[in-house]
Amino acid sequence: MRLISEGFSQALHLILGLDPDLREAAWRTLQISGAATIVSLFLGAPAGVALALSRFPGRTLLVALINTGMGLPPVVAGLFVMILLWRSGPLGELALLYTPAAMVLAQSLIALPMVTGLSLSAVQSLPARLRVQIRALGATRLQLAWLMAREAQLPLLAALMAGFGAVVSEVGASLMVGGNLRHSTRVLTTAIVLEASKGKFASAIALGLVLLALAFAINLILTRLQQRGRT
Amino acid sequence: MRTEAPRAPGVERHAPEVGRHAPAAAFEVRGLRVRRGPVFTLEISRLSVAAGETLAVLGLNGAGKSTLLEVLALLLRPDEGEVRVLGEATRSGPDAQRLRRRLGLALQDPLLLAGTVLDNVALPLRLRAVPRNEGRRRALAGLARFDVAHLAGRSSRGLSGGEARRVSLARALVTEPDLLLLDEPFSALDPPTRDALLRDFQKAIPPGTAVVLVTHDRLEALGLGHQVAVLQGGRVLQWGPAQEVFRSPLDQAVAALVGLETILSGPVQSSDDGVSRILVGPGVVIEAATEAVVGDRVTLCIHPEEVHIERPGPGTRTSARNVFPALVQSVTPHGGGWRIALDCAFPLVVLVTRRSTADLDLRPGERVTASFKASAVHVFPARSPAGDGDGGQSIRRV
Repeated sequence: MRLISEGFSQALHLILGLDPDLREAAWRTLQISGAATIVSLFLGAPAGVALALSRFPGRTLLVALINTGMGLPPVVAGLFVMILLWRSGPLGELALLYTPAAMVLAQSLIALPMVTGLSLSAVQSLPARLRVQIRALGATRLQLAWLMAREAQLPLLAALMAGFGAVVSEVGASLMVGGNLRHSTRVLTTAIVLEASKGKFASAIALGLVLLALAFAINLILTRLQQRGRT
Repeated sequence: MRTEAPRAPGVERHAPEVGRHAPAAAFEVRGLRVRRGPVFTLEISRLSVAAGETLAVLGLNGAGKSTLLEVLALLLRPDEGEVRVLGEATRSGPDAQRLRRRLGLALQDPLLLAGTVLDNVALPLRLRAVPRNEGRRRALAGLARFDVAHLAGRSSRGLSGGEARRVSLARALVTEPDLLLLDEPFSALDPPTRDALLRDFQKAIPPGTAVVLVTHDRLEALGLGHQVAVLQGGRVLQWGPAQEVFRSPLDQAVAALVGLETILSGPVQSSDDGVSRILVGPGVVIEAATEAVVGDRVTLCIHPEEVHIERPGPGTRTSARNVFPALVQSVTPHGGGWRIALDCAFPLVVLVTRRSTADLDLRPGERVTASFKASAVHVFPARSPAGDGDGGQSIRRV
């Protein structure tokens, strides 16, 4: 019990004192997970909307694959990216392994199926005849996709939140392809693992609190955006 | 009587136009077949509507009405057959898109998009790259035609059912479409809201617009359709001028759907205390429990179940407002009872149970008294004639 209360008070000191290591890890987390979320938004949302509005052979199989991908364990994503970026691997020459870019790549791989799958179901949950109505108003296929996405903006933002939540909290992939290098690839989750393994629970708790606060702040912003769009 | 079968050209509907420009069919389908899985959900050998005309497609749920509308909106390619919309055979791609931009569509679910009412009505214009200011101006004018201009700034989500339908119809008409497709846009509204909407709708339709109205409501089909096509199981059972279909259903299936056989029309002589008197023949006046504008020409129908037959005799008094001496013309079995055709200065069809016929012992040639309440008479405003408004349509239809 003393461990916890002492940990918390030390954690508060670290946070209020704006500990440089803590600040750096928080900032890096925001950058890497933010970038991964934006990548998955720009690839996943259009893919999900397009998939919801189209019919082609093999579509069911693709949707099933995406749904499976939504539960992709981060370590598996990390392993896949690691192999890809390994010195003798297909993208080895880029020398991206153990850089923030590798972490963005791995986290995008985790968030992409989630954003795609949730965007797909967001558009599919719109009224069945909305597609017919919008096309009959004179919309081209592209205009249709845009208008359907606009109608589904609330669940689309929820998809975005789910994607960010998944990558900001994962540790397996970040550790594998980032390596938890100080001043380079150390993010909040990997730092927590390190600090806890060294028995420095106060720092671990401080990092955990900052991680929670960060996730909360981002979700608060997105939620406000979402609820403002509710008319 | 027009049926699905091909008929000789130039008869009936088109006859008065012979010698003038032939009216362009707003749409025409031939040999249409749409397959859903192993079965055909739609099989129509021929159906069309001319510019300025309203075709009411009458059928129950699952008859294929909505599928037909999707085909006409060029959003569902039929498995077989030809669909010509606005005189052009439809192919895929840009052709269909260009033609689709000359159509309008409103469904039972108004399906307004997020944003203001004005945004919604201006949307079809925006999709056609009409400048924003002009779009807003035309959208406002469209809203005004449906008496909802005051809602322009409101959010589309906070409207009542009737208001949302008005906005949806204004949106469908804002581009001045050549062909307007409607799927039950007047159903599931309370009667006063619905009647007001129907009146405004009829005023808002430009004269040259062809309309396809899909409905399960026979009174709506009769009230709005110049032509009626009865659809069941994906097939057109009967297609012809509205009053003809209602007066002489081809078979039992159509009769069951249309359910009305006595249809008359004439000018309103007087209207007070909620009762209108309509002159349907020389010296023949029918009272209807409705308000109407004196001098207007109206169409009325009498439900065959609501007519009573009595043997004439002394001391027969009735609360019915309409009492006519009649001659029995025919007695034929119909469902669980009898269908009796009467001649009482106008043709009147009556449905009675088997038992009451036995009691009355009705035979053709006998004299009886027919009576029905003013509330059994349903009155519609007469439609504006299709085409150039030369009255030819009403002559053809009556």
